[in-house]
Amino acid sequence: MIRIDSVTKRYPDGTVAVDRLSLEIPDRSITVLVGPSGCGKTTTLRMINRMIEPSEGTILIDGVDSRQQPVNTLRRSMGYVIQNAGLFQHRTIVDNIATVPRLLGWSKDKARARARELMERVGLDASLARRYPYQLSGGQQQRVGVARALAADPPVLLMDEPFSAVDPVVRKGLQDELLRIQDELGKTIVFVTHDIDEAVKLGTMVAVLRTGGRLAQFAPPAELLSDPADAFVEDFLGADRGIRRLSFFSSAGLDLLTAPIVAIDASAEQIARAGTDVPYLLVTDVEGKPLGWSEPRDLTAGTIEPAELLPCGRPFVAGRDSLRAALDCAVLSPTGWAVAVDAEGRAAGVVSQQTIGEAIRGAHAEGSRSSETTKVSG
Amino acid sequence: MNWDRMFDIPSDLQHSWIGLVGLHLREALLPVLAGLVISLPLAQLCVRFRWLYPPVLWVTTVLYAIPSLAFFVLLIDYTGQTELTVMIPLTVYSLVVLVPAIVDAVRSVPQETLAAATAMGFGPVRRYVQVQLPIAVPAIIAGLRVATVSSISLVSIGALIGNQGALGNLINDANIYNRPELAVNAVLSMAALAMLADGLLVAVRMLLTPWMPRRARTTPKAGRPDSAAAALEDAAR
Repeated sequence: MIRIDSVTKRYPDGTVAVDRLSLEIPDRSITVLVGPSGCGKTTTLRMINRMIEPSEGTILIDGVDSRQQPVNTLRRSMGYVIQNAGLFQHRTIVDNIATVPRLLGWSKDKARARARELMERVGLDASLARRYPYQLSGGQQQRVGVARALAADPPVLLMDEPFSAVDPVVRKGLQDELLRIQDELGKTIVFVTHDIDEAVKLGTMVAVLRTGGRLAQFAPPAELLSDPADAFVEDFLGADRGIRRLSFFSSAGLDLLTAPIVAIDASAEQIARAGTDVPYLLVTDVEGKPLGWSEPRDLTAGTIEPAELLPCGRPFVAGRDSLRAALDCAVLSPTGWAVAVDAEGRAAGVVSQQTIGEAIRGAHAEGSRSSETTKVSG
Repeated sequence: MNWDRMFDIPSDLQHSWIGLVGLHLREALLPVLAGLVISLPLAQLCVRFRWLYPPVLWVTTVLYAIPSLAFFVLLIDYTGQTELTVMIPLTVYSLVVLVPAIVDAVRSVPQETLAAATAMGFGPVRRYVQVQLPIAVPAIIAGLRVATVSSISLVSIGALIGNQGALGNLINDANIYNRPELAVNAVLSMAALAMLADGLLVAVRMLLTPWMPRRARTTPKAGRPDSAAAALEDAAR
């Protein structure tokens, strides 16, 4: 465990970058340091591997003062990922990744074999091994950066705004990939970002820092969203924290209606029975995949044209996606009803905004009783 | 002009044409090499201690402004009428190109790359040798190209101190013996040597930097040798 114990960083000109910060960073989970520029988050990260020395206070790694061991030994035991990847432009991808193993004295062959193994792990094609960094896209370079940090299998990974220089689509891919890798490897990750959405998505614990390097709140993301410590945190979380908090509630408990669903080859009798007390029916193809909405009176058995149906938009996956995804589907749906599908994409049921609203109220009541909420995707 | 006798070198030079070419290359390239050996640590000091760079730059520029003839007068008491007397000023002149080229090159290594190297546990020496210097190679070679070409043309000035100018001595002899073809030989040979040396340096850079994007292979910042300007400048010297 990394323990930051009332650490202060004061520069010769009097600027205080970090002010009496204490944090206990739990093992094998992602701890995010987030805050506006000048809040000392990068300084804090760099004090962990002593790229910056604290002015006061101590940093304990597994109970031992980090100053007890030689600085380069300490650094080689911690992977480091930096914004823009910071790759060595004069070395091939495989040699970039093999850097720390080589510094640790591994043979060239062993280090390169390990590097190739890691390329696969971070989703890089083996054909890129002999390329140079300039031949890779920003997203690929950042994957190399992650692979390089993991090369010597360090227990700790320090990540300094690693994904902030890539476009949003690539960033989401890299974030998902990091969560997947973390599921497999279980590293102790300290992750710095200025993006609260990224913090909420990745963090097991999130430390919000305020300008001047003081800790504003240290909590799991769900708690941060439900109970911000003060006006600064609330402001930093942004206006839609209520909506974002729904990401932490599963859609599993939603009451899905299956009655208003008819297949495209339904008989007149089936249509009549389904459409008795609902304004809209969901039409599916013969396999059960949703095609679109229609009012019951517009449907005539045998002549249903998929092109004439109201679009049903993107459905949510029942149980896997969050209430946020379900609500989003309902809001975007022209009928106000969200379509739930199973893992194979077959319609599992439909649910109205009203029903989702009731589920949200229920979840909030539940959430305030137990703060232990786990993150669901979507 | 008697073209048949273009390669008929007067005996007072005590060398064949090939001999003069070898001598010329030695007198031109050793100073550049010496300049590089001096510039590398000097530039590193300038990178390390920023305040040192402006005075170093000032001194190299002032030294460059001293005409070689003045240097010869100064040196001749100590080193006599020898190649060394020619090579010392040439070494000094090469610094004006090499020091800023290397300082700029080493400074232009991206901050992220340096931070990443430090974070991975590179000590300062290892970081310099394995990261900064290799990344600076293209700009250093760009500087070497300018220094080399200029040095090749400057050697001829050695003719002033008792035939120590290698191919440049031919110009002197052309005057003495009224044989203009010798001057033509000198000029063409030196130009050919300069182009050859320049081409070789380009080839070396290509070999050393497979990691550079093909499009951006020339380094505009450090400046490519502008032979016309260099020649004018050398003529004035």
